[in-house]
Amino acid sequence: MNDKKTLGEMLTERGVSRRTFLKYASYTASIMALPPTAATAIAQGIANARRQSVIWLSFQECTGCTESITRAHTPSIEDLIFDFISLDYHHTLQNASGHAAEEARMQAMQENAGEYIVVVDGSVPLKDDGIYSTIAGITNLQMLEETVKDAFAVISVGSCATFGGIPGANPNPTGAVPITDIVTDKPVINISGCPPIPEAMTGTISYLLSFGSIPELDHLNRPKAFFGEAIHDRCYRRPFYERGMFAKSFDDEGARQGWCLFEVGCKGPVTYNACATLKWNGGTSFPIQSGHGCLGCSEPGFWDLGGFYKPLSTAKGDPLKWAGGAAVAGAAVGAASAIMARNKRNKILKEGK
Amino acid sequence: MELLEFARGPALTFAITVFIAGVVFRIVSLFLLWRTKDSSAGSSRERSAFSAAIREIIRRLWPQSAYKQRTLFMLINGYVFHFGLAIIVFFLLPHIVFFKDLVGLSWPSLPNNVIYAISIITIVSLIAALVMRLSNPAQRIISTFDDWFSWLVTFLPVITGVIATSHLGARYETLLGLHILSVALLLIYLPFGKLMHWFLVFVTRSQTGAHLSHRGAQL
Repeated sequence: MNDKKTLGEMLTERGVSRRTFLKYASYTASIMALPPTAATAIAQGIANARRQSVIWLSFQECTGCTESITRAHTPSIEDLIFDFISLDYHHTLQNASGHAAEEARMQAMQENAGEYIVVVDGSVPLKDDGIYSTIAGITNLQMLEETVKDAFAVISVGSCATFGGIPGANPNPTGAVPITDIVTDKPVINISGCPPIPEAMTGTISYLLSFGSIPELDHLNRPKAFFGEAIHDRCYRRPFYERGMFAKSFDDEGARQGWCLFEVGCKGPVTYNACATLKWNGGTSFPIQSGHGCLGCSEPGFWDLGGFYKPLSTAKGDPLKWAGGAAVAGAAVGAASAIMARNKRNKILKEGK
Repeated sequence: MELLEFARGPALTFAITVFIAGVVFRIVSLFLLWRTKDSSAGSSRERSAFSAAIREIIRRLWPQSAYKQRTLFMLINGYVFHFGLAIIVFFLLPHIVFFKDLVGLSWPSLPNNVIYAISIITIVSLIAALVMRLSNPAQRIISTFDDWFSWLVTFLPVITGVIATSHLGARYETLLGLHILSVALLLIYLPFGKLMHWFLVFVTRSQTGAHLSHRGAQL
């Protein structure tokens, strides 16, 4: 991180051509829905930037987010993103281990106080003083508070860090919470998804490097460029939804014809993400294109939405669980009221006599 | 999303529970009430109760010529929104899927765009019914809270459904949540007001038919 060279100089030294670099800048500008002129701004911003110190904290997570970011598909983008940033601490990717790893984190924090970015994947357990997840003898909560204290910004990646994810799913045994529950005095950018789309992560980091500011966010702190539209609205199967043509199972004629997967539980209508446009694995496909409904993985509480294969328009849980009791109670009260009315009538008739 | 979760979960469960309890209560209490036996000699034209009931149900499907001019628009408008509502409720796929999940039965659906068009017609028809009630002084005077509220709880699910489908004003999950909540409100209120005619319309018409026939009315 003591590198005084600009990123532009470093890239030139490594033989990255200006053409390749501009292609990357244009691509980033376009996936973030920025005007074409922003490509130049991104190129200049990144070229003139110093390497950005990034501390990546992994808490209650599965490393899927890291797997995802290392599969960003633009040619050489993987190299680029790790050249743009100085990844000073990352359990999976760093060479150091044990005390040396923790020292690297401390050193990065001291040398770049107020400037470094903290990326967090995984939720933080709070129950029983947070003992359910500890690293280097301290709880995740302690490590997070200590690390974000002097950070410039925090990026939560993955649905565990952004919304609690699977650790936070009912019954949430560890008391897992998202990062925004803990970090309230710093900008937190949420890049949700299980895992998030690699370009959503690299694009957001590139934006931060280029403009030194936070991109426009939605009400859940997610960059609007990637989370501005529902999957359903950009889904290539949408015309079948409008025409009322639905696959009834994963293996019927409708499924083979590429009809809408609403009836087999697709959560596309309430899921905001860029899967239908950016796609995965080098733009190859995305879950719906592969024949499976959207799980809604980039939305809060997606694990507890009532079942991956239960259509969105069905009731959650069993709405008839009290139906029998309700019918019996209704019949009892109805009979009682009728008997009371009869008694009242008889009484009036008797008194009349 | 939290609103949608609340609507799909606790709100709907509560509404369905109240709906079932309320409907059973109304039907049981009605049928167990004392019915005074009519000991008077029936008219010579009296039909069997069953025949009179069927004839009365059929007769009331269309206005008598004496009232035709005054009531024809109201009647046709009534048919439009009743059929409109039935088609929307039972032939939009997300609704069919709801029923399938609830009771295990399913049937073919209509294309969304067809339902959308029918929804617009139904909305116009419901507004027309309200305007008629407001503009007719006699009708306005005899209208009670039940009349106004019944209209509102019928109208809300249709309008919120159309707004949700059109993605107007808010995010889809919020609109869908509001739509389900409006249905919950309808279900909760239904047994306790005039909307109970969902279940009782043909019961009351049958009773009226049998009664009128006994008195010698020509059905």
